[in-house]
Amino acid sequence: MGTQFDFFKKLDKTTIFIYLCLVVIGWISIYAAEIKDHHQSIFDFSQSYGKQFVWILTAIVLGVIILSIDAKIFPTFAYIIYILGIVSLIGVLLFGTTVNASKSWFHIGGIALQPAEFVKYATALALARIVYDNKNRSRNIKTLLKPAMIVALPVVMIFLQNDTGTALVFAAFVVVFYREGFIPGWLLILGIAAAFLFILTLLFNEFYIIGGLTALFVISSFFLIKKPSVIKQLFLLLIVINAYVYAVDYAYEEVLQPHQKMRIAVLIDENIDLRGAGYNLHQSKIAIGSGGMWGKGFLEGTQTKFSFVPEQGTDFIFCTIGEEWGFAGSFVLISLYIFLLVRLVLLAERQRSVFSRIFGYSLVTILFFHFFVNIGMTIGLVPVIGIPLPFISYGGSSLWAFTIFLFTFLKLDSKRLELL
Amino acid sequence: MIARSTQSDVFSRRKISIIVFIIIIGLLYLARLYYIQVIDHRYKIYASSNVQRVITDYAARGLIYDRNGELLVYNEPYYDLMVIPRQVTSIDTTEFINLLGITEEQFINRMQSAISHSRHKGSVFERQISKDIYAVFQEKLFRFPGFYVQPRTLRKYPYQMAAHLFGYVGEAGPSIIANEPYYKPGDYIGISGIEKHYEEILRGQKGTRIILVDALNRDIGPFQDGRYDTLAVAGTDLFTSLDYELQLYGERLMQNKRGSIVAIEPSSGEILALVTSPGYDPNLLVGRVRSQNYRNFQEDTLKPLFNRALMANYPPGSVFKVANFLVGLQEGGINLNSRYSCPGYYYSGGITVRCRTHPQPVNVITALQHSCNTFSCIQFRNTLELPKFGSMQEALTTWRNHLISMGFGRTFNSDLPYELSGLLGSSDYYDGIYGTRGWRALTVISLAIGQGEIGTTPLQLANLAATVANRGFYYTPHIVKAIGTNDNLNPEFLDRHNTTIDSVHYDAIVTAMYETVESGTGRFSKIPDIPFAGKTGTVQNPHGENHSAFIAFGPVEEPKIAISVIVENAGGGASWAAPISSLMIEKYLTREINRAWFEQRILDASF
Repeated sequence: MGTQFDFFKKLDKTTIFIYLCLVVIGWISIYAAEIKDHHQSIFDFSQSYGKQFVWILTAIVLGVIILSIDAKIFPTFAYIIYILGIVSLIGVLLFGTTVNASKSWFHIGGIALQPAEFVKYATALALARIVYDNKNRSRNIKTLLKPAMIVALPVVMIFLQNDTGTALVFAAFVVVFYREGFIPGWLLILGIAAAFLFILTLLFNEFYIIGGLTALFVISSFFLIKKPSVIKQLFLLLIVINAYVYAVDYAYEEVLQPHQKMRIAVLIDENIDLRGAGYNLHQSKIAIGSGGMWGKGFLEGTQTKFSFVPEQGTDFIFCTIGEEWGFAGSFVLISLYIFLLVRLVLLAERQRSVFSRIFGYSLVTILFFHFFVNIGMTIGLVPVIGIPLPFISYGGSSLWAFTIFLFTFLKLDSKRLELL
Repeated sequence: MIARSTQSDVFSRRKISIIVFIIIIGLLYLARLYYIQVIDHRYKIYASSNVQRVITDYAARGLIYDRNGELLVYNEPYYDLMVIPRQVTSIDTTEFINLLGITEEQFINRMQSAISHSRHKGSVFERQISKDIYAVFQEKLFRFPGFYVQPRTLRKYPYQMAAHLFGYVGEAGPSIIANEPYYKPGDYIGISGIEKHYEEILRGQKGTRIILVDALNRDIGPFQDGRYDTLAVAGTDLFTSLDYELQLYGERLMQNKRGSIVAIEPSSGEILALVTSPGYDPNLLVGRVRSQNYRNFQEDTLKPLFNRALMANYPPGSVFKVANFLVGLQEGGINLNSRYSCPGYYYSGGITVRCRTHPQPVNVITALQHSCNTFSCIQFRNTLELPKFGSMQEALTTWRNHLISMGFGRTFNSDLPYELSGLLGSSDYYDGIYGTRGWRALTVISLAIGQGEIGTTPLQLANLAATVANRGFYYTPHIVKAIGTNDNLNPEFLDRHNTTIDSVHYDAIVTAMYETVESGTGRFSKIPDIPFAGKTGTVQNPHGENHSAFIAFGPVEEPKIAISVIVENAGGGASWAAPISSLMIEKYLTREINRAWFEQRILDASF
């Protein structure tokens, strides 16, 4: 009994403190975003901020339950939880309800749950378990197959729900594979370079880029005139890159659906279609940009209060913070997040168990991906992809799932000396 | 075991790149936030334009009264349906077009023209919607986001008269908007007449309110409790110098005739009535019916838009002898003792001017009384050939300057719309035609009887009558008597203008004009118990029947009204213009007409 309840001593209290800070900031921001004249109490349970309060309390209860159960349960039941997750995805495809064109919700007695949020957690558990089970095998592209399958299965199913945003989140696991040695660094850099080139291709005419690269090749060949083998390799590289650039342009024009193209188009040209596809981004930037250094003050945000920003309690919650608390508030939130992420990396690194480390890295990379996309889209650096800002955005599924995720890791961390 | 931990250690260095990447993204985001929140100020402006809407409160235009406080022009409220294209999201177009009774095509066209004007500002979608449609819209407006109703006012005229004088109000055009910052698209401005001349007094001051609106374009109250709002100030009322009963009566007398009546109060220059016929109902040039009616008037061969009283350029005929005799008396070409006999014509140097039968011989008084052409030509020639004038040019210039001092050959620069100057040839003009030495008094002898190269407007003739009534001076004829209140006289027209003719000479002319009505050419138009003075004129017209002209004032002592009447193509001045003048004077001085048959003859006449 004693050991069951002194877990608190070994818990990372800094992380818990940041977690509580974020959750409270979120709750207050939802209140500021959604407040109506007639419903002024933050505890009004007919309103989203009142409901969020309930979600927060229940999330904390869930967290305490997670902390109080035996840490060995998680590796043991990892596959079962994963299978339950997959089953729930099948279930939602069959019996779910459609919200915003995505068939990804269960409605049970007035509560809406989104299984995909929990599947991120289940996938992290299963991934950690499968790598742990094969911990003595060498790490390379070939041994990546099984872990990659674990990730790919839910991605396919979530794509089938037409929830592209959530499916994209699973790309975060690439970083876990990199950390664990499945992917060499150059491949990751190549990936980032490819993404960069992708944006460049959309920004400029593809022939400019192809021409520019060719010119670069001609100039460097001139300096490498005595090393024909290097020139040969460079030439091959040039052909590959040019083919890629051309393919991207083709893909953008021919493969992407119109609404997806529009999301990229509004990012590149900020004056495009301000009443339609560009509206969200435009209003979001206005909200944040008009906050100034110190913000307009709590509940004083005109963009927020008068509903110019859509989805302002959920995906665009950062607008409210940026508008009402200004750069100062944005700075505090970004700093808290970056601090939490770095802290979690360090916690993951101190694990002795491969299972715990992989699980921890999964948590970090998924949190980071959400942070990167969600904040990035509100300030016009990333296309609008509807995924929530963890711990801040309104929504029970997201809050519960991330709380369970975080507290499971904290539990594993507190037992790092016992688990192998 | 060792191998495993070594492998693990090798990859653990990768945490560095991961941490660095996370921090770089954090810093990148902070830099971006610093840029859009602190450095770039555009978003603050966008945010306020998002929530603030400037609403214009249009001021009611000033009312227009007659000289006795009778209301002549007032405002009637109506509603424009406005649209802000940016805010039109999803509306039930079918219901909308059924409500307005327009086609889908019209809907699309109007939306496009509104968009081409501005996406963010209100444009008129449907002008002057009916009260019924307005009532329905008020209820359903929330279902048509982006549409709202703007209250406006239109002019309304209880009496169908004096349309030219009032002028009309219309929307400010692009050139006005470009030159005068007060006016914005959709604002009204006086386009002609009193409405134009007194625009700044009548229009008042627009007010603006800044209200806050939410994303659904709902009004959520004043911006900063209305600190930046300005109240609309209603326009100032005007009191015209018109006597509405006299004006109505004048228009009635002129029905079925072409011509004009101008009546002036000599002691002030205030215009009592200004009739141009044919005229039109001023209510026809208001609001959405205006453009169609305006086109119709433009095409009308009777030219109802042409204000004859101010713009028609007739040779004055015999009424001009009044002015000529005054010049002759002043310069010494004749005096009160001059007597000549009239053989029924004037002949000199191959030029014959015919005259009529009348008692012999004639002096200044009787020549005017009987409108003797012979005497007129003799006195005109005598005057121009006076030895004191070194040349013909000097003589004509002297003659002309006297006439200019009486208001001929120029405009009064009054508050009347489109006043013309008439024609009064200068010596340069005749030099140009005949050469410097090529003309003499006989060349221009027709001027003696008000024919030939001379043009005067009915307003100038009425002013001549007023000048004679005043015995030598006039006040600028004007239409707005007082501003704001009836005793706050219009300061523009308080200056007395003296003519270059001495007052004594006018006394002789007054006597002659009195005799004209008592026992001269105007005797048939005498008013029992009211002595008045007048001069007939029969204007020769190469295009048709003569114009009938008459100038008059009454009573002879302390005159209250001076008048000019011209009836086109009606014949002799004594037959038509004189009776009309007589009736107008009687009407104004006694407020009633006691000569029913006399009046009926005029009302029945048609030319």
